[in-house]
Amino acid sequence: MNELLEKLIPNVLDYSERFFTSCTQTLQMFAIAGIFTFLFGMLFGVVLTVTKRGGIRENRVIYYIVEIFTNVFRSIPFIILLIFLIPFTRALVGTAIGVKGAVVPLIFGAVPFFTRQVETALANVDDGKIEAARSMGSGTFGLIFRIYLHEAVPELVRVTTITAISLIGLTTMAGAVGAGGIGSFAINYGQNLNHQDIVNVCVVILLVFVCVLQTLGNFFSKKTTNRELITRRKEL
Amino acid sequence: MAYIEFKDVKKIYRMGEVDIEALSGVDFEIEKGEFVVIAGASGAGKSTILNILGGMDNATSGEIIVDGNKISDYGARQLTTYRRYDIGFVFQFYNLVQNLTVVENVELATQICKNPLNIEDTVRAVGLGERMHNFPAQLSGGEQQRVAIARALAKNPKLLLCDEPTGALDYNTGKSILKLLQDTCREQGMTVIIITHNLALTDMGDRIIKVKSGKILSMEKNDNPLPIERIEW
Ligand SMILES: Nc1ncnc2c1ncn2[C@@H]1O[C@H](COP(=O)(O)OP(=O)(O)O)[C@@H](O)[C@H]1O
Ligand SMILES: [Mg+2]
Repeated sequence: MNELLEKLIPNVLDYSERFFTSCTQTLQMFAIAGIFTFLFGMLFGVVLTVTKRGGIRENRVIYYIVEIFTNVFRSIPFIILLIFLIPFTRALVGTAIGVKGAVVPLIFGAVPFFTRQVETALANVDDGKIEAARSMGSGTFGLIFRIYLHEAVPELVRVTTITAISLIGLTTMAGAVGAGGIGSFAINYGQNLNHQDIVNVCVVILLVFVCVLQTLGNFFSKKTTNRELITRRKEL
Repeated sequence: MAYIEFKDVKKIYRMGEVDIEALSGVDFEIEKGEFVVIAGASGAGKSTILNILGGMDNATSGEIIVDGNKISDYGARQLTTYRRYDIGFVFQFYNLVQNLTVVENVELATQICKNPLNIEDTVRAVGLGERMHNFPAQLSGGEQQRVAIARALAKNPKLLLCDEPTGALDYNTGKSILKLLQDTCREQGMTVIIITHNLALTDMGDRIIKVKSGKILSMEKNDNPLPIERIEW
């Protein structure tokens, strides 16, 4: 077994410690940026839905602030965003490199994307249901939690999966400018030292990440999809 | 003073540059426990009247009194409370939450109100005792509308407001829904207001209010309301 590995991926074995650190770093960046992205994206998505024209708590000022933030940061290519945010990142967390330095631009890169996805998911919730809940006397928070978020759960699971997968991509891109992680490892040890086996292993690892996320996403999405449809399918 | 009073109620919708006068001075009154039919052509302003009466929307001017309270002075928060405790709405489209069962849909309404009726009794009363744990998609249109009615009734509201409740149903199913509403009114003394664009239905009401182009065309009391079974259209 060892001999086989020695033959197939000699350089990965040589740098195995680095390799494992890189994996850990990627996971750390992913987890921290992921949690913040989820929270902020969810918040902004709900805010856009609620404050838009004809929304349940129409408010032009708040809507446009969030809308502009979202559009601006969504239009900047991530690699430029990374450089652009360096001074801000340094001021905020003290460094612009490593896991700590990467998390900030990752959040700025992923939140606008997720915000849009959440907004779309909530826009699919039937207006009639909102009207009915409003007629029952649900307040703003009641409408958000009991109707919007409740009805949109399967869709939210789906967009969370998409965002998580794209966040993996952003994480590796951040590796190009000193974030560490699998991206850095592939560039610094694979490409620069001309070790193709290192690049190959990085690709495989990333594929595994993405597959795991997609499988989890599909599982939860199925679990939360309209129970009545599933019941009906069983009956047929 | 009547139980419900509308005094010179106006409603103007602002659509960008143009103003649409949906109600141009509406006056009527309704007594407690009446089965009221509001009839008129599409676009006449019926839904606007019901939405204002039910606290879904504010009037532009005029006075609305319900059970001694001046609803027209209420702010957004007070209107939410008013809808929560005093009003039950039934719409043309049933608007049930698809991934909740019949019982859970009714629960959704009762969770936030003060003196709800027993949920299962209410579901049985609308004739769905056997379907309590079904999902909306497993029910016919008429049955879904029954759930919506149970959802409104379980809150034990002062007023039951129904906007074209049979609009999406076939003739016989529509009749059975109207019968359920009339029976509810008679048996529980609940004030029930039904909107329809079908003038043939007016004979079933204790009070008939006809609306045309944002105005009240006529309001009459009917001392011999017909039972639903005897109405044909
Ligand atoms: N939200 C709204 N914005 C603008 N105009 C409206 C709105 N709701 C209703 N209207 C207008 O007010 C008038 C009365 O509408 P409505 O009360 O819905 O009539 P009905 O229920 O009798 O068919 C119509 O001309 C309609 O176009
Ligand atoms: Mg209408």
